[in-house]
Amino acid sequence: MSMFNRYWRIALGVVVIAALIIAPMYLNRYGLFILSQWAVMTIAAMGLNLTLGYAGQVSLAQGAFVGIGAYSAAIMTANGMPLIAGLGVAIVLCFAIGWILGYPALRVQHHYLAFVTLAFSTLAFLVFRNESWLTNGIYGISNIPRPTILGYPTNRPLPFYYVCLGSLALVSFATWWLIRSPWGRAFVALRENPVRALSLGIDTRRYTLMAFAIGSALGGVAGTLYAPLTQYIDPVPFNLSLSLDLLMMVIVGGSGFFFGPFLGAMIAVLLPEWLRFTQGYYLMLYAVAVILLLIYSPSGILGILDRYLTERRTKAASALRAVAKSGLEPAP
Amino acid sequence: MLDLLIAGLATGAIYAIVAVGFTLLWQTSQTINFAQGEFVMLPAFLMLAAMHVGAPFWLAIVIGMLLSLLLLGLGFKMLLVDPMLRHGVLPLAIATMALAIGIKEAVKQFFSAEASPFPSIVPAGDISILGRQVALQSVGVLALAIAAVVGLTMLLNRTSIGHQMQATAQNPTVARIIGIPVERMILMTFLINAFLVALASLLITPIYLAKFSSGEVLGQAAFIAAIVGGFNQVRGAIAGGLLIGVVDNLAAAYVSTQYRAAVPMVLLILIILLRPQGLLGRAEERTV
Repeated sequence: MSMFNRYWRIALGVVVIAALIIAPMYLNRYGLFILSQWAVMTIAAMGLNLTLGYAGQVSLAQGAFVGIGAYSAAIMTANGMPLIAGLGVAIVLCFAIGWILGYPALRVQHHYLAFVTLAFSTLAFLVFRNESWLTNGIYGISNIPRPTILGYPTNRPLPFYYVCLGSLALVSFATWWLIRSPWGRAFVALRENPVRALSLGIDTRRYTLMAFAIGSALGGVAGTLYAPLTQYIDPVPFNLSLSLDLLMMVIVGGSGFFFGPFLGAMIAVLLPEWLRFTQGYYLMLYAVAVILLLIYSPSGILGILDRYLTERRTKAASALRAVAKSGLEPAP
Repeated sequence: MLDLLIAGLATGAIYAIVAVGFTLLWQTSQTINFAQGEFVMLPAFLMLAAMHVGAPFWLAIVIGMLLSLLLLGLGFKMLLVDPMLRHGVLPLAIATMALAIGIKEAVKQFFSAEASPFPSIVPAGDISILGRQVALQSVGVLALAIAAVVGLTMLLNRTSIGHQMQATAQNPTVARIIGIPVERMILMTFLINAFLVALASLLITPIYLAKFSSGEVLGQAAFIAAIVGGFNQVRGAIAGGLLIGVVDNLAAAYVSTQYRAAVPMVLLILIILLRPQGLLGRAEERTV
């Protein structure tokens, strides 16, 4: 039974990966842009899922980290440096700022923490808008070049989509490794019961800061891809609503599930596009869909699946128990 | 300086009204309403719509108030909060974020994406206070907001219903044991919140115009006011609102218009780090 399940899972994974590689060859420019955007947003949401879903710290600042990453990439590449240098700066900067922003998390939790990160989000937006010498203010930075990878230019939409997809694969692999490492288990321990985690000898201070910093760094990685994807950035996309959108992606997909961000980003990026035929109503319908989903399953889409599988497993287990019991009873 | 202070107190008093509603919802039903700003934006459009069909201004106000009691009070509680409450704080907060998007888009679609002017219930003009010219609108808004806050405080502290509501907020289980109709009291706080946001809408829209996106700024100001003052105290939210209004106005004049919005944020971060329970809050609220 479980072997069967595992083969199914592997088959499903192969089909999805193949579809993500092959299908885009038949998409137009706009479709490729949307799909690349999905990959970028999934990376940012994965970072937030690490902070929120695994370590249990609410952050409303992920959008600001995407912004910091995007501006690092844009400023570096506009000055003739390679994108990989921008990526390095973005990761270091976001990691450091995320670490510092994690300090309030040591003192306050829940909604208070949400509001500290909300305030940070607004401050970051003001810096993007007002420090024109660095960010060119409201006029934004245009003509951001796309990178050349191994001598192969990625200016056209399809190659750049593969850059985004490849980065997503790398980040997924790294995250998967991280949550299975002792660090990942420490994060979950932190979420489930911080006092017990502390008494078991886990340095909760360090792991809280670490969860924040790594999650923020992934936001920065997403930003470094966002800048060459749109090739033009201004402060507006990185305001508070991006942070709220990312938070919604994580919750809607299923926070604390590895594949939650993939589904959540799919809903947030692709569903509005599919609903576009309804013209002005599409964001309204999106909002209603999110509310209905959360009323039905507060643990998101993967929560529904999880509940279904657990139910089936309990049924199977109790059936097995019944059989075992009847076998043990002596014959009359 | 005096006119700045009065204008600051006037907007601050409006923030205070919104923040009070926000803390009431949090206290009685653990609802962090991320759509509170949109709740302030919507009633003005309901009133404009009523006037558009030909109702005079006073009737439009009455219609707008009743509709917001129905939609933002009763409807919000029964359709969104009740089914989600048992799932915990975070999913409910996310659902209100989605609601905020929905309200914004609905207004943009059904009314207008442009800013519309809104009549003021206070006549235009200046009056002189201590030899200085002060806008009559600021003084009128301040007076009405103070009246609302005093009325609400009286209701909460002097009447039997107010005491029952406070008991519900402090400990619903014990309140139910001693025979307080907890469900009705919770509904009451939602209706009071709906009334407060409609009042705030009526007062602030003539100053900032009616626009679908104006809720974002207002909602944030109300959050900050509630946190700065203390999440678990009505008078904390009032003090926080007034403080944010004054600080915001003074910052625009003396710090820089560019970083005006940063000053309340810095204040917020400082308060949370140094005194997480808020200026007037009780420390017991802090969750560890």
